[in-house]
Amino acid sequence: MGKVIYKVGDDISTDVIYPGRFMATVLPSETPMFAFADDKAFNKKLRTEDIEPGSIIVGGNNFGCGSSREQAASCLKGYEVIVIAKGIARIFMQNAINLGLKTIIAPEIEASEGDEIEIDEANVHNKTTGKSFLYEPISPARDAIVEAGGLIAYAREKLIAEN
Amino acid sequence: MGMTLAEKILARAAGLERVKPGDIIEPQVDLAMSHENAALVINQFFKVFEETNLQPKVWNADNIAIIFDHRVPAESAKTANNQKKIREFLKEQGIKKFHEIRGDEGGICHQILPENGYVRPGTVVVGTDSHTTSHGALGAFAFGIGATEMAAVWALGRVLNIEVPGSIKVVVQGEFSPAVQAKDLILHLIGKISAQGANFKAIEFHGSTIENMPTSGRLTLSNMAVEAGATAGMVPSDEETLRYLKETAHVDEGIELMVPDADAVYEQIVEINVDDLCPQIACPNMVDNVKHIDEVVGIKVHQIVIGSCTNGRLDDLAAAADILRGKKVSHDTRMLIFPASGRIYQEALELGYISDFMASGALVMNPGCGCCLGIHQGALASNEVALSTTNRNFKGRMGNAEAEVYLCSPTVAAASALTGEITDPRNGEH
Ligand code: SF4
Repeated sequence: MGKVIYKVGDDISTDVIYPGRFMATVLPSETPMFAFADDKAFNKKLRTEDIEPGSIIVGGNNFGCGSSREQAASCLKGYEVIVIAKGIARIFMQNAINLGLKTIIAPEIEASEGDEIEIDEANVHNKTTGKSFLYEPISPARDAIVEAGGLIAYAREKLIAEN
Repeated sequence: MGMTLAEKILARAAGLERVKPGDIIEPQVDLAMSHENAALVINQFFKVFEETNLQPKVWNADNIAIIFDHRVPAESAKTANNQKKIREFLKEQGIKKFHEIRGDEGGICHQILPENGYVRPGTVVVGTDSHTTSHGALGAFAFGIGATEMAAVWALGRVLNIEVPGSIKVVVQGEFSPAVQAKDLILHLIGKISAQGANFKAIEFHGSTIENMPTSGRLTLSNMAVEAGATAGMVPSDEETLRYLKETAHVDEGIELMVPDADAVYEQIVEINVDDLCPQIACPNMVDNVKHIDEVVGIKVHQIVIGSCTNGRLDDLAAAADILRGKKVSHDTRMLIFPASGRIYQEALELGYISDFMASGALVMNPGCGCCLGIHQGALASNEVALSTTNRNFKGRMGNAEAEVYLCSPTVAAASALTGEITDPRNGEH
């Protein structure tokens, strides 16, 4: 069970998730402090409040569109949040899989900040409203990377096997 | 059943007879490009080798290109330190395709790659930059990846576990009116199919308009294909590709043209006629919020920008110089011009464009990404409006979430510089 801590609309770009002016900061240990930096209130909440791992950010369509900057995924991974969106842009989605940031595409998701969410093998249940929403199964290509524990581990397995 | 261009290139790169959308493959990479974000790739690359007893070594130093462009010259000690760390790594690994902060060889990665002949038709190009789609203009399958994915490419020479995308065929017919360009076409297309219309898909550009378009315009189209979410945006290679490779990139051998099969299967076909296309403007804060210029004429603009990997090439500068020559940039605005590479800058110097710009009051900056992504140079004040030939107008893109960015062609940008407001270049003398 996780609580929705933030809800955003469609087309939330990586410029919004991790503004370009912080791009010289690359370490996953440092990027979380700039997550959603231009939304001062939410950024402050992330930095100063105890964010329960498994807390949820709900997005609309095309979440993570724009640049390939991996900081946009690593800054959220730092808080162990889950992104549930109606749609997710390809590069952001792949970066999330590679880094182990959990993302879920639930095209009909309806939830408000404060709602309690439960996720099972096929559905996202909004416990607060009592509604359930199907989510798209993760593709086998991405599942293999998740299973390995992220792309670093997955690549390392291949590297060892081939040398 | 035939294959699309994406399927043909990926099949070959994966060593398979044929592939279809959804197949999971591991294509070999012909060129792996990074810029300043190589600093992060290096960290991740070393992590891949941790606990393996193997010496960290890239799979093939000749297939890696590094270009410093996003923050040149360095805007902070942090960036300078990252750039230094990258230089040291390149030396250790023997990576030679390196473009330093220099007036002769430097520039934006998506201009440096084509103009130096690093991109060939039918090849697989990956870059830690979303606009790597640009290189599809030369008939490559080129796409953006994150830093960790690039670390795996550096280690293994292939992209791990990707799905073959379905393809959208965009067929463009007709002739552009004067003052209408490739930029207007791609903005129109993005407005039509939306910013997520091609998410997880490849776009192929076809039709007589594309056949007659020089590579510079094709680069503009492929560059912005990612703004519709596309994995790749490709133009089948042809005579014009050959001409560009020979005359501009000075490549004499090893060129093999590749086109899709005539009976290839597309998921969607989009037809566009440009005969009546007018200048298009992407309005804040989304690239698919595209309007005809008449709807926005007269909006006051505080900063005008010409440049970027979308529109910083020689013919973009020529179009602007033709409008600005002998005239003055309005004192109610300011104009910044960033040529896409040192080579373009020098060509523009020889052709007199740079002095046309400076005499008009425009400020010509060093080649590079400039203010495109709001890191360095040309930040906007709160409540200011920019009109720019770049490719993104997301909230905060130019360094200030309280400012707005409109996107347009170089012709519209130059005409608007003379008035300080969004101006239709078709309306007579400026
Ligand atoms: S010019 Fe802008 S869009 Fe192009 S590579 Fe540089 S920052 Fe990215």
